[in-house]
This record gives sequence, C-alpha cells and structure tokens, in this order.
Amino acid sequence: MEVALSAPTRPIRRVPPTLAVILVIAALAVTWELIKLVFNLDKRTLPHLWEIADAFVQPSRRNGPPLISVLLEAALYTLRGALLGFFIGAALGFVLGTIFAHFPLLERSLVPYVVASQTVPILAIAPMVVIWLRGSWWSVPVIAAYLTFFPVTINTLRGMRSPDPRAVELMHSYAASTWQTLWKLRFPSALPAIFTALKIAATASVVGAIIAELPSGIQQGLGGAILNFNQYYITGPERLWAAIFMAALVGILLFVAVSLIERIVLRNIVRAA
Amino acid sequence: MPPVVSLKNVNKIFGPAERPTTIALKDINLEIQPREFISLIGPSGCGKSTLLRTIGDLIEASSGEVMVNGKPARQARINREYGMVFQAPVLFEWRTVLKNVELPLEVMGVPKAERTRRGREMLRLVELQNFERHYPWQLSGGMQQRVAIARALAFRPELLLMDEPFGALDEITRERMNAELLRIWHETQTTVVFVTHSIPEAVFLSTRVAVMSARPGRISDIITIDLPYPRNVETREHPRFFELVTMVREALRKGEEMKE
Amino acid sequence: MTHPSRFQRYAPPVVVFFAVIILWEVLVDVLNIQRFLLPAPSVIAEAFFRTFSVIMNSAAYTIRSAVIGFLVGAGAGMLVALATARWTTMREGLMPFAIALNSVPIIAFAPIMNNWFGSTNPMSKIMIVAIITFFPMMINMVRGLTLVEPAKIELMRSYATTPLEVLTKVRIPNSLPYLFNALKVCSTLALIGAIVGEYFGGPRESLGVYILQEAQLFRFDNAWAAIIISALLGIAFYLIILAAERIAIPWHASVDRR
Ligand SMILES: Nc1ncnc2c1ncn2[C@@H]1O[C@H](COP(=O)(O)OP(=O)(O)OP(=O)(O)O)[C@@H](O)[C@H]1O
Ligand SMILES: [Mg+2]
Repeated sequence: MEVALSAPTRPIRRVPPTLAVILVIAALAVTWELIKLVFNLDKRTLPHLWEIADAFVQPSRRNGPPLISVLLEAALYTLRGALLGFFIGAALGFVLGTIFAHFPLLERSLVPYVVASQTVPILAIAPMVVIWLRGSWWSVPVIAAYLTFFPVTINTLRGMRSPDPRAVELMHSYAASTWQTLWKLRFPSALPAIFTALKIAATASVVGAIIAELPSGIQQGLGGAILNFNQYYITGPERLWAAIFMAALVGILLFVAVSLIERIVLRNIVRAA
Repeated sequence: MPPVVSLKNVNKIFGPAERPTTIALKDINLEIQPREFISLIGPSGCGKSTLLRTIGDLIEASSGEVMVNGKPARQARINREYGMVFQAPVLFEWRTVLKNVELPLEVMGVPKAERTRRGREMLRLVELQNFERHYPWQLSGGMQQRVAIARALAFRPELLLMDEPFGALDEITRERMNAELLRIWHETQTTVVFVTHSIPEAVFLSTRVAVMSARPGRISDIITIDLPYPRNVETREHPRFFELVTMVREALRKGEEMKE
Repeated sequence: MTHPSRFQRYAPPVVVFFAVIILWEVLVDVLNIQRFLLPAPSVIAEAFFRTFSVIMNSAAYTIRSAVIGFLVGAGAGMLVALATARWTTMREGLMPFAIALNSVPIIAFAPIMNNWFGSTNPMSKIMIVAIITFFPMMINMVRGLTLVEPAKIELMRSYATTPLEVLTKVRIPNSLPYLFNALKVCSTLALIGAIVGEYFGGPRESLGVYILQEAQLFRFDNAWAAIIISALLGIAFYLIILAAERIAIPWHASVDRR
C-alpha cells in the first residue's frame, strides 16, 4: 500500500475521452489520405475515404438497397453467430476451467490438449465442421465457440488458483464446503482474470464467425460479404473496404461492450496490477 | 566533519500547491552525526517514510534544506552516498541472490570480478553465502530481507536508510536480525536512519530515537539511548532498557495528546 | 499440495493421446462412420504417406509465410513498444486505440493484401501475418515495460541510474514474461493468418488451398492428413516458444520451479 501511495506519480494530463477519440480518428484519416497522396496510390490500392463513405450510401447492386443496409444486415447476422458462439464458448470455458482448478489429474491430462486445440489453425478444420453440421448455420457459433472457450478456460483456471493460500485456509477453518469456497472466494478472485479472457474472446468470437462463414457458403454474413466483394475488387474496391470497416466495427463493438460490463462488475473489486 | 544528515525547517506538503491535501512534514529540524544510529518512531501515517525518502531525495521537500554529507540531498544521491532498504525486500525476481546484491555495483560500473567478490563478502555478512545461486522466491521472507540489506551495504554507503526493514518478520527472527544489524553497523562504520514501529527495537538499536507525531508530521521528542555496548540478549533484560522503553512510550503518548 | 513427479505430469496426457486414437479407430469401425464425416486414423495415416510430398511442399510454403510474417510483425511490435516506453503521455493516450485496433478481426484484411501483392505472391501472406501479430505483441510488451513495481524504479533512483539503465535492468527483464505470452499468442495467430490468407487465394501448393480443394473434391482422407500436419505445425511452433521461454526466463513462475 505504502509503495503504491508514494509511487512517483507522473502528471497525466487527461484529454476528454470523446475529444481523444475524435482526434485519433481524424489523425488516422489524415494519415490514410497522406499515404495515398505521397505514394500516389490509385483507387485499386487505396480508395479515398470519401469514396468508401460514398459506397456505403450507393446501392450495392443495381436497383438494390444501399450498401449500408446490406452490410448492417450482414453485421447483425454475423454478430448473432458470434454472440451465440461467445456465450457457448464462455460457458464451456468457465466450466472447464473450474473443473481443472479442482481436479489436478484432469488438468494434467487435458490442459495440454486444450492448448494444442488452439495451435490448430481454425480455418483448416472449419470445412470439416461445416460438413459435420451438414452446412447448417450452426457451424458459425460452433467455430466461434471453439476460439472463445480457450482463453476463458485458461484464465478461469489461473484465476481460481489465484487466491492467497491463507484465504483458502481461512475458508477451511470455517469448515466451508468446496462450493462455498468456490463461490465466496475463488470465483470473486478469478473475476478480473475471467474478464481479461472475455475481452480476448469477444474479438475471437467475431473472427471465428467470419472465418466460419467462408467454407460454409453462408452468404448473409460479413464473411460472405467480404468473399463476395473480393470478387468485384477490380471494379469496386471501396465496397470490399466498406465490408472490412463493418467487420472492424463489429469487433470493436463487442470488445467495448464486454469492457463496459467488466467495468460495472469489477467496480468494487480492487484490481491486482 | 559535517553532519551526515542535516535537515533545516523541512516541510513536505502533498497535493497540488493550490489544493494541498496532506501536510506530511512540518518544520523538521534534525542533525545526524557520523556513526550515529537514529530511529524514527511514530504513529502510522505520521510521515516517517516521507522523511526518510526526503533524505534520500526520492521525493523533494516542499521547502527547507536537506543536506547529506554537507551537500544537497540530490547531489548525495547522484554521488551514490546512501543505501536504501525498503519495508519489502524489492528484489529483482529475474536475478539470483548474488546478482541482486551486485546490482548497485553493476550500476556503478564496478568491474565484474570485484563485483562478485564484494557480493560474496556481503552475503557472508548476512550469512547467506550458501544461497548465492538461488532465486528470490526460493528464500523465506527474512532471508529475502537479508539479501536486501546485503545489497544496500554492497557499495559501502556512508549512510544507510532503512524503512521498517523487519516489519514483516516474526519476533525471534526480528531480534536476531537486530543483533546482526548492530554487528554490521559496527563492522561497516556506517550511519543509519531506521524507521520502525517497535519501541524495543528502536531502543535496542539506536544511539538516539526521534519520536514523531502525526498531522502535521513533526519530531516531538528526541531521546538519547545510553545503553552500553556490546548490546546483546542481556541488554534486553537491563533495567535501563525498560526505563528507556517507557520513556519512548511516554513520548509517543505525549505526541498523540499534542494532536488533540 | 505436493508437486507431481515428472511421470505423474507427462503420463496422463500420453495416456489420453493413445486412448483417443484407439477409441477413434474403433468407433469409426464399429459405428460405421462414413469416410467423409471422419476417416479412421489408419486411413488418414495411409493418406499422409501417399501424399507426403504434396503435403510437405504445401506445409513448407505456409510455414514460411507464417514464420517470416511472425518475425516481421512481432519484431515491429517489440520495437514500437520499446520506442514508446519513454513517452508516457503519448503512449497512455494511444494505448486504448491500439487495444481497440487489436479487437478488429484483422483477417478481414486478407483479401486486400491479396489484391495488393497478388494472391500467389508470398508477400500477401507475410503482410497479413505481420499485421495480425503486431498488435498483441505491442500491447503485451508495453504492459510488461510499464507494469513495474514502483519500488523497483525507486530503488534504481536511489542509485542515481540513467533512464537507459532503468530500461535495460528493470523494464526489459520485467517485460520478458509478457513478451513470451505474446509470442505464444502470435505463434497461433501467425498460422491462422497465413492459412486464412491462402483461403482468399494462394498458390496450389499451400496448406489453406490444399485442404479446401481436397475437401471440395471429397478426398477427405487427404484433407485430414493436411489438417493433422497443420495442427502438428502449430503445436511445434508453440513448443519451440515454450522451450525458448524456459531457457530465457528460468526465474519465472510459468516455468516449472523444481
Ligand atoms: N505520494 C503521496 N501522495 C499523497 N499523500 C501521501 C503520499 N505519500 C504519503 N502521503 C501522506 O503523507 C502522510 C505520511 O505518510 P508516510 O508514508 O510518510 O507515513 P508513515 O509514517 O511512514 O506511516 P506508516 O508507519 O504507516 O508507514 C500520510 O498521511 C500519507 O497519506
Ligand atoms: Mg512508512
């Protein structure tokens, strides 16, 4: 405590967050256009930002709705798969992590494979998952869950093991049951680690959902849109860029949502640095 | 010879000037002579650590003069004239025990062979010569603290600043460490400024005990400890020892009353 | 808790491995699972030896893009983190945005890279891998360089050290566990990035294209053989980093302490 109190505090001038966001986005936009200008890049390499913006409001195909509504629909579609996968993966990860934290033999037998499961490049097995699920939409949440469960498992395991041994002994001294120790001690101390994992998992689930749409021939989502506009890149590169921007937005959105929930839940828990 | 530490009207106020939050030190005047062992004692939050860190130029006084060996504290720090021991050992977990002790020598550009020689010598001093290859986490809390002391002594500073170095130790280990510290103090002829919460510890170790009172942090009393040397287990049974313990306790209580 | 012995630690995963292989073989046979759903391990092994040279060539291509991209991306991430280690205000202002960018599904940029460099040009895969690995490395490294116990910095201050010494003696060693965590994350991301890049178009002899094509042609035993190889590659990549970690930071908690 004393150390933390008396740490040499650097004066950090806080810029209001909204202003900071606007400034950074503006800086990124300027950089984009500068790169385009300096390297004299053509539209095919890097379209103007306003061309991409314009593409959003133009119809995506002749007499069709504007691209933005198509992409919003696709984003919602992908988000649905990602969210479902996120919840399944997070729940699975939490249960697995909790089990591993309590049964060392299971931990030693299976955790190496949990780790190995993630070293398998997901896109390699995606086609197989699609075949197993007969090309149904479920391959999207399943693959999203596959990428989600890993960080949650590992961090739940670590977090559940994190409480001070003396605190565990204190619970023992109360003759608390394993369940009581779990809910009153291990779970609260694991929360910061679990949220760290959930933030990673949020992005991973979106990546998983997009990847899953590729080999399953699903057209309605962002993965499908990217694949589709990729084919028309020569004639309309700004539409592919628009789809990618939308994917970026979905990723950031889910991440920010989890971060906000984290802030609310952990408000009263002092975070270990 | 100038005093090792000389504080004149030292004030320390935390918080921005226009909205001061805490007056941590108020009008501190203190001179510490060479070979002295001064303990700072006082209620929690009274500014002991702040005073020690001001002497070490880890923080700057808001006003007043802080001189170490006749120079401004900042110059003394840059000349590396003092060693610091914190309440926690603050060892680098990526270094072995010996490498931790060598750290200040390394920073000061001492050649490798000399570094190792001196590091080993210091580890012998704190009786950890058999642990030089260990990593900090392989040692007990008391052993880690001894490594920190060896590290502070490694470059033979003329001044040793110690902030509750034995706070985390059990009573028996603490008494043993007290005896060891006294022996080291004799052998190395350093000047020590020592922060503690324990009255017997302060009395046993010190030549003088500076009693501080809180809010604002001041030195309310200074008690000279006239116990004979060598000090050992018997010292703690000495009637004078108990008298002095009582005197310090009274002084602490008086300081508390002054606050009201 | 007592520490498990070496045998107790390594035996269970090995037992699980063989149990799963045997169970897989038996179940495929007993339940008469069709080959396109899941070929038996023996069938996959046979396919592997039959197509050995194609698979190995494809794997070599993919692993090369992955490793080069990994080196470029992780290296750049490290350098940027080190470069910004001193400009606290700027770094703290920009970190939230780096973290936000890290939550962007960067694989979506793979088709752009293919269009920029041409899908059969290895640069397209190297670039996507480099971008994918850059952010986790930079973010972790900045954390490692900045989340230093304040007392350690204070100790160095008491020695009147230069900022450079604080960097080399405190911040960099402190960042090593973070660095290795990032390397582990990046090793997987690198392979995923390379294969996804190939999915949007790549030379015939690359794992991504090969697996997809064999699956489309219903040659599932070949596809599975390649999948197993890519899995083994991923595991090997990861294990190499694990081994490097053991050598580089023997003092760290993640390394076995006995
Ligand atoms: N960096 C800081 N910023 C603001 N206030 C501080 C800071 N460091 C110390 N203080 C305040 O200064 C006062 C003295 O603190 P200090 O740490 O010197 O107390 P102490 O006597 O060492 O207490 P303890 O015995 O509990 O260690 C306290 O009221 C504390 O809140
Ligand atoms: Mg203190």
